[in-house]
Amino acid sequence: MNDSLLSALAGLAAPAPATLPGRVFTGWTSAPSRLGDVFVAVTAHGVQFVRPAGSADEFAAAYRDRFDRPLRRLDRLPAGVGPALRGRAGRPPLDLHALSDFERDVLAATARIPAGQTRPYGWVAREAGRPRAVRAVGTVLARNPVPLLVPCHRVVRADGAAGDYMFGPARKDALLRDEGANLDEVAALARGGVHYLASDTTGIVCFPTCRDARRITPAHRHGFPTVAAAVAAGYRPCRTCRPAA
Amino acid sequence: MTPDETADRLRRALARDLDAGFAEVVRVHGDVVHSVARALTARAADAEDLAAESLLRAYRALRGYDAGRVAALAVRPWLLTIVRNAARNSARDASRRPAPPPAFDPVEPASEIAGPAQEALRADDRRQLTAALAALPEPQRSAVVLRHVVGLPTAEVAQVLGCAGGTAKSHVSRGLRRLRTLLTEPADTGAAQRVSVSGRSAP
Repeated sequence: MNDSLLSALAGLAAPAPATLPGRVFTGWTSAPSRLGDVFVAVTAHGVQFVRPAGSADEFAAAYRDRFDRPLRRLDRLPAGVGPALRGRAGRPPLDLHALSDFERDVLAATARIPAGQTRPYGWVAREAGRPRAVRAVGTVLARNPVPLLVPCHRVVRADGAAGDYMFGPARKDALLRDEGANLDEVAALARGGVHYLASDTTGIVCFPTCRDARRITPAHRHGFPTVAAAVAAGYRPCRTCRPAA
Repeated sequence: MTPDETADRLRRALARDLDAGFAEVVRVHGDVVHSVARALTARAADAEDLAAESLLRAYRALRGYDAGRVAALAVRPWLLTIVRNAARNSARDASRRPAPPPAFDPVEPASEIAGPAQEALRADDRRQLTAALAALPEPQRSAVVLRHVVGLPTAEVAQVLGCAGGTAKSHVSRGLRRLRTLLTEPADTGAAQRVSVSGRSAP
């Protein structure tokens, strides 16, 4: 039966492209970061999982339980990931395929908060299109698969306190101070019931950590407990920090 | 290393460390998985998707197996059963969507034209043969692919198809007979009139 149909069929065999294992396995390695050494898992699409370095077995078990994919050691990180973990500029691609639409929207809103600034959970909920899902935002951020790369440490409580962080409140405080956030000033304002700052020269009201709010000179600065109170007094919400009502 | 020794080595590797063992499975069987995927799909890009999807399904299944099940696993036919099921699922899903225009099919690389005449398969012959394979009914189609594209022994073809050896053999021979007919008959468009792979016309 050695005819040409059989050899044509045998000729259909096509070796796997070199890219196939990378489509199946997730690479992982350790890298220095603003949180100390972390373990990083990277798929063909981007960074998928970041956790503080510790037991490799525990990291692998946590990864597999969440993503259900095999891991293999990576020689080096894709370009841009290392600098981003160390706090340099740059946004390496992320693999957020395993998340729900809401989780992705929450992380996308969180990723828009500039360094050194904070936003309350309610702000993230509104930006993610679900203004009443404030607690759900907290739940999503508590299991943020890619901390630092999506800066969940910049999301704080509405009362001005820093609130919880997946790696402890002290780490959150330190990360924010390292970025130049005016935490002590924000806390002092909050104690006086002030959560928003307005300028009578621009007629605009901002979050106290907004770059524009920090430029208001004391003589022209007015504090408000709510955005609604500021609006009633004739101010309009800042288009940059988009304070929530 | 005989196929039995290879299977035994893979089973022990999987039992020792699932991820490292699975990397070995992909290294050893990646080509056969991809070849079967390629023969069962119309486009090269779909074949890699199907191969990757099948391997992930295999890994996820392994995560749920206990030691006894891994120790008894016939690795290659088990993997190819998963590829075959995944191919049938994606074909069923695709039939619910409109097909992409054929003009967007990537041209097969020129390297396939070179090489010994016996093994070289010209791009349009390959397309013609893949189309004829796609026209075969299951399980004849899988039987022919497993037996003659990747050269599995009939007993292993039977394992993948979940039937007796004699039944697998008859699926293969009926599939081949049908393929010859499909490749010889002029199609409506006239494009399938070339019979160079049918065995009846010498190049």
